[in-house]
Amino acid sequence: MNLLEVSNLSISFGGVKAVQDVSFSVPAGTIYSVIGPNGAGKTTLFNLITGIYTPDHGAIRLQGENIVGKAPNQLAALGMARTFQNLQICSNMSAIENVMVGAHLRLNRNLVKAALRFPSIRRRDLELREEAAQLMRFVGLERFLDSDADSMPYGALKRLEIARALAMQPRVVFLDEPAAGLNPRETEEVAQLVRRVAESGVTVVLVEHDMKMVMALSDRILVMEYGRKLTEGTAEEVRTNPDVIAAYLGGHA
Amino acid sequence: MNRSARIGLSIVLAVLLVLPFVVTNSFYLDLIIRMQINAIIVLGLNLLVGFAGQISLGHAGFVGIGAFASAILPTHFGWSPLAALVAGAVFTGILALIVARPILKLKGQYLAMATLGLGIIINIVLRNESQYTGGPDGMPVPTLEAFGLSITSDWQWYWLLTAMLVFSLWASLNLIDSPFGRALRALHGSEIAAKVTGVDVVRYKVVIFVLSAACASIMGSITAHYIGFITPSVSDFPHSIELLTMVVVGGMASVFGSLVGAVLLTGLPQALASFDGWETLVFGAILVGCMIFMPKGLVPTLAAKFRKQG
Amino acid sequence: MLAQFLQFLLSGLTVGAIYALVALGFTLIFNASNVINFAQGEFVMLGGMLAAYFLRSGLPMPVALALAVLVPAAVGVLMEKLTIEPVKNADVLTLIIITLGVSMIIRGAIQIWLGKGTYSIPAFSGDTAIPVLGAMIATQSLWVLGLTAVAVLALWYFFNRTLTGKAMLATSFNRVASELVGINTNWVLCMSFALSAALGALGGILITPITLTTFDVGIMLGLKGFVAAVLGGMGNGLGAVIGGLLVGLIEAFTAGYISSAYKDAVPFVLILLILFFMPRGLLGAKVTDRV
Repeated sequence: MNLLEVSNLSISFGGVKAVQDVSFSVPAGTIYSVIGPNGAGKTTLFNLITGIYTPDHGAIRLQGENIVGKAPNQLAALGMARTFQNLQICSNMSAIENVMVGAHLRLNRNLVKAALRFPSIRRRDLELREEAAQLMRFVGLERFLDSDADSMPYGALKRLEIARALAMQPRVVFLDEPAAGLNPRETEEVAQLVRRVAESGVTVVLVEHDMKMVMALSDRILVMEYGRKLTEGTAEEVRTNPDVIAAYLGGHA
Repeated sequence: MNRSARIGLSIVLAVLLVLPFVVTNSFYLDLIIRMQINAIIVLGLNLLVGFAGQISLGHAGFVGIGAFASAILPTHFGWSPLAALVAGAVFTGILALIVARPILKLKGQYLAMATLGLGIIINIVLRNESQYTGGPDGMPVPTLEAFGLSITSDWQWYWLLTAMLVFSLWASLNLIDSPFGRALRALHGSEIAAKVTGVDVVRYKVVIFVLSAACASIMGSITAHYIGFITPSVSDFPHSIELLTMVVVGGMASVFGSLVGAVLLTGLPQALASFDGWETLVFGAILVGCMIFMPKGLVPTLAAKFRKQG
Repeated sequence: MLAQFLQFLLSGLTVGAIYALVALGFTLIFNASNVINFAQGEFVMLGGMLAAYFLRSGLPMPVALALAVLVPAAVGVLMEKLTIEPVKNADVLTLIIITLGVSMIIRGAIQIWLGKGTYSIPAFSGDTAIPVLGAMIATQSLWVLGLTAVAVLALWYFFNRTLTGKAMLATSFNRVASELVGINTNWVLCMSFALSAALGALGGILITPITLTTFDVGIMLGLKGFVAAVLGGMGNGLGAVIGGLLVGLIEAFTAGYISSAYKDAVPFVLILLILFFMPRGLLGAKVTDRV
């Protein structure tokens, strides 16, 4: 069963064709990676699917439902979560509160009941705090349970975003370069985290530059170049594809 | 609500209960009552500016609507004071909704411009429609009466406002630590992060803007009944900036900061009363100094220093 | 009928020229630093008030007027150095509050020093008025329109034909790139504030013979000039000029044909309408966020 189906997706900015006629499918429960040289359009593709941009042409179907034109907060309600290449952390809140925000749609958000401290809201909030703490442990951030977001190192914040995405209890999570800026040991830890996420039943779509990580983790890979789809297939198929090697793998395979 | 918030609230309550035994001078009582009124307005404004990260440069306009609703509706149309207060708040809420909805989709600076314009228009209308408002000289306001009770003496006002202030502090503290409050703070921290976690950002901005405006209107009505007389200057641009200064100095995104800012800066004009230009200059200097050296405001800055040592 | 129309047209264009100068000041600073300078109106006030003061102190007219432009320019530089540079990367709200604070400091200081009285300066070529098709044009109006046009042309020449001006323009398009090619962007910021203050002060001087000056004229003039800048499209110089003239005209015709009591409300109703329907203004550019 395909969780996500993208057909003929295109967008241009001014004269630049950032994404051109891209089609692919992501089977449910898999780890699907999107790779390509810088400027290939990977993050733009992400932004198109997650509702940040609206495509000029094409269709995007999430479990059969067409989601083109939906706003990010509507997509969140449909079970889509994402992290950001350049981090979007709320530095005015504590670490655990950042994670708790992820559960937003699952809670009673009534303003009056909150102001009047209704017991049901208080109880749910305490449960949520425990849930968020669990998620922080799941991503390896036990040390930061009582920290403020603005005092955490870069690598920890990348995981915090993943914890926040998981707090949404999503069907699919889009990770935009989760290993960017990390050293090899941290990268390995993130790779293991991604595997744990996939094992918990969440479909993972990944944009990443670290080839070792991509090849080791992915069930299927989409290769992009200059906004177009170059090829798609299993790690083995992609690794041995002469066009891909020519495009940028060089001697890494 | 965490421990320090609980302690803070208890201290405030204790102080307010003890104050009647300490204050004997009616001048100081009047000052304290004005501080309480300002504190509640500033709390509402801070929710918008400090927590949600939006801007309002015309909040005094909303205060003015409430004040004159409570003056005009009973005087010219025979409404009961309570009905007038509610009507003022509802009208303000609707006005805020109409203005906010289209503007809040744009960037922050645009809301600043829109609220600025709105506040000034309200002020001009209040000054021009002298048939209803008494013009720049203002008009008297009838006593606040509800359910057979009338609030006339200063001490009655003190207790009413103490109840309102403590309730407002308590409700604000509850709100911040709730799903609604977290969504609000998240949209200030990173709007895009809030969006992708499902927060309907525009809706939240509108809700908090309307709430904060209605709060200002209610306190405008209270002010009008308390003083017994009201002039359009309650809605002018300098007053809007005074309120903003209280938020900024006390501490944006700090409930107790709002209280501190209101207390400190309500007293200041009194101290500088006879030195005309000095009030403007000192307020301006405080604003600039605060934003450069203590951008988080008094209470958060002190709290952070305290935490580092503790 | 025609005479009345012409009269309104003329007074609208005259005050509109002043709004244009103020709006240009806003545009300059906005382009250089993304700051909306709420103290702009106070430079206008300084121009008029200082000109009046220097004349009262016995200085010859040319000297007094020159000083009344240079001193505000210096104040502008001071403002930039002391209050904007320390917090250059702060968020929108912080910067708005700082400029509001500075405007209060300037206004308060003048109120203390020169009091709350109203002052005037003599019209540049006397109080005669020229009859044109039934309307009376004050010669000062001609000075206002003429000198504003000269200022606008001078600015155009500066930004488009001189190296310094082009450097300033480059900074507003891309700060980092400009720094990389050796442009001193701090100096550009300083110059923007100085120029902007000088423009405002010029406006203040030009209008004082017609409308008089006092310590708090800056508030309204600044805000109206700001509306003009937004109407024209924040950041667009031509837009600022067009916006200024438009605001002046709409205000004058409203006062003349509809209601003079609500004359002052016009620019603010305008800004709400602009923000509702046309937030980019007439000539403004759209900005997209990169995620």
